[in-house]
Amino acid sequence: MIHLPVLKASDRLFKIDPEEAPTHDLRDELFQLEKEGELEVIRVPEPYMEVKTKYGRIKKIPVEKTWHHKSCGQCGHIPGYSTSIFWLNRAFGLDYYDPTDQTSCTAWNYYASATSNPEAQAAVAIRNFAAAHEVGYFPLIHCGTSFGHYKEVRHALVHQPELRRKVRDIMKRLGKKLVVPEEVVHYSEWVLAMRDRIAERQVIDMSHITATVHPACHYHKLIEEDAVYDSEIYGAQRSAIVTATLQALGINVADYSTWFDCCGFGFRHILVSRDFSRSFSVQRKIEVMREEANPDITVTHDTGCVTTLDQSQVVGKAHKKKVGLPVMADSQVAALAMGAHPYKVLQLHWHNTDNKPFLRKLGIDVDKTWAEFQAECDLIKAGKKEFMTWEDAEK
Amino acid sequence: MPQALDIRQNKYSDVTQEEKDRLFQECKDDERWSHILYGCYECGICVAACPSARFYDFSPRLIAQAVAREDTDLIYTLMNDSVWDCSQCFSCDRCPRGNSPGQVITVMREVAVKNGLNTAKEALEGYGRIIYKIMSTGSQVSPDMLQPNAFPDWGHHVHDIAENLDVWRKALPPETLHTIETGWKVDEKTIIELYLIWHMTGVMDLILGIDEGLHMILVDVMEERLEEAGYDIEFD
Repeated sequence: MIHLPVLKASDRLFKIDPEEAPTHDLRDELFQLEKEGELEVIRVPEPYMEVKTKYGRIKKIPVEKTWHHKSCGQCGHIPGYSTSIFWLNRAFGLDYYDPTDQTSCTAWNYYASATSNPEAQAAVAIRNFAAAHEVGYFPLIHCGTSFGHYKEVRHALVHQPELRRKVRDIMKRLGKKLVVPEEVVHYSEWVLAMRDRIAERQVIDMSHITATVHPACHYHKLIEEDAVYDSEIYGAQRSAIVTATLQALGINVADYSTWFDCCGFGFRHILVSRDFSRSFSVQRKIEVMREEANPDITVTHDTGCVTTLDQSQVVGKAHKKKVGLPVMADSQVAALAMGAHPYKVLQLHWHNTDNKPFLRKLGIDVDKTWAEFQAECDLIKAGKKEFMTWEDAEK
Repeated sequence: MPQALDIRQNKYSDVTQEEKDRLFQECKDDERWSHILYGCYECGICVAACPSARFYDFSPRLIAQAVAREDTDLIYTLMNDSVWDCSQCFSCDRCPRGNSPGQVITVMREVAVKNGLNTAKEALEGYGRIIYKIMSTGSQVSPDMLQPNAFPDWGHHVHDIAENLDVWRKALPPETLHTIETGWKVDEKTIIELYLIWHMTGVMDLILGIDEGLHMILVDVMEERLEEAGYDIEFD
C-alpha cells in the first residue's frame, strides 16, 4: 500500500513565483506592440505603490493623478460608495479627476443581454481610456465588472490583431488614439495599497469588530493572474483584496465556507429574475456568514455585490431567514475609520439592511449624525442652498 | 419552480439540421472560441462552483461537453432553453482543463441574439428598458429607476428613496452625482461618441433583430441628437 501525505488546506503553502506562472506578463507584449506602432501605452504615473499579484508579478498602483471610472450601479443606487472613494482622496490631499467624459463600460448589459459584440465593447473601453489619457490622468476603475471586463478587453486587444485594427479605425473616426493602460487598476487595490496610511489616520477603533469578506467574482475570476495576492493573507490561496485592508484597520476578518460563491447578482437576474438573486444571496452567502462567523458586517468591493447582498435580505427577513447583516464597501469602512460622516459621506441611507447597530457598536451617535444630514436636506428643500458641498460634508 | 431542462432530440425537430449547424458554426467562428474551449475532463468542478446549477436545471458541464463533441442538436436546445440561466460570474473558469463555459455561453447568447431566436426575445422581455437606458444614456441604471413598482421586493426602503430622491441626490458632495436620469453627469459629446460606436459596430442591427419597437425608439433618440451634433447618420 502506498501512503501519501495528507495536507490540510490550511497547511498548504502556495509559493508565489513569477518564473513558474502559467501565464505571461501582458505588459511585455503591450510595450512591444507600442514599439511597432500598433497602440500607445498609458504609463502608471509616479509615484506609484507596488502590490503582488497571484503569481508574484509586481503591479503598480498609482497614488494620485487618478481618473475615476465611475460605476452605474454605485453612482445610481449606492452613491456613498463612490463618494467615500473621493473623500479618501480628498482627505489625503491627492490629485484626482472625477470625469463627465465617461460612459459605463456597458459590460453589465453585455453579460445580461448579449446585445453587443467584442468590437463595441472594446471601443467603449478604449474611448474611456483615451478620455483619461487626454486630460493627463490614469484610469482607476470603481466597478468590479468594469475592472474584469477591461482586463478581458486588454487581453483580447493584445492577442487579436483584427480586433485591434477595427478598434483603431473606430478611434480614428472619433479623433482618438488606441491607448491601453499599462495596468488595469481597481479602486479596492488602491485602498489596499493605501491601507497603512489609512490606518495611521484612523480615529474610530474597530478592533472589536468582526467582518466577513465577499470577493467580487469579476475581480478575481476574470484574468485571475492580475488580482492582488499576499502570502500573509490566506496563505496566498485566495486574493488578499479587502481582507488586507480590513485587517490593517484592526478588524477581525472571519472565514466562512462559501467565500468563493458569487453574490447572486447574475446580471440579468438582478433586474428581471430576482427570485434567483434573492435565494442565492440569502441562502448561500448571508445565512452561511451568520451561521459560521456571526459577523457585525460583511464587506465587499463591487457594485452588484453590495446591492445584491444588501437588498436581498428584505425578503429573507419576511421568510424568517437568518439575515440582518449590514453590507458596505471597503471604501466606506476605510472612510468611516478615518472619521467620515456616516450619512453625508458614506450615504448609508441608500443601503437597506439596518446598519445602526454596527454604527453604535463603533460609538457613533446615529441620531445626531442623521439629524446633521437632515439639516443639510432641510436647507436644500428650503432653497437656502442648491447642493451639499464637500465643505458641508467635511464639517 | 424553475422548469426542468428538456433535452430530447425531437424538441426542435422543426428546425433543420442545416440551421442548427449554421448557428454552431457562427459560434465557432468567433475569435474567442479557440481560447475558451479545450475539451472536458467531466470532473464537474464547473458545476460545483456554479450558482445557477444550484437553482436551475442548468449545467455548465453539459454545455461544455455538447460543444466539445459538436452535438448541434443538443447545442441548439441549450442555446434556446439553457444559456439564459447562466449568472455570468465565471466561477466555472476554475476548470482544470482551461475551459470557460461562461464565455462559451456569452458567445452562444450573442449568436442567439444576432439571429433573433424567439427564446432570446423571451429571455429579454422586460429587459428592454435597461437596454434603452444603457444605449441612450451611457449608464446602465439610474437613480430614477429606484421606484417601488420596479423593486417591490426591496421593501419600504425604496419608497423612502423615491420620495426623497431629488433632495438626496442634491445632498451628495460630488458635483457629478447630482443627476436623476443617469448615474452621473455625462457630457453631450461623450454620448454622441457612444452612439457613433453603436453605429459603427453593428450593435443597432442586433437590437433590430431582437426588438423592433426598442430599435425604433433608440433610432429616434439617436438620430435627433446626432443631427444636432452635426452628424448625418441613418440607422437602417
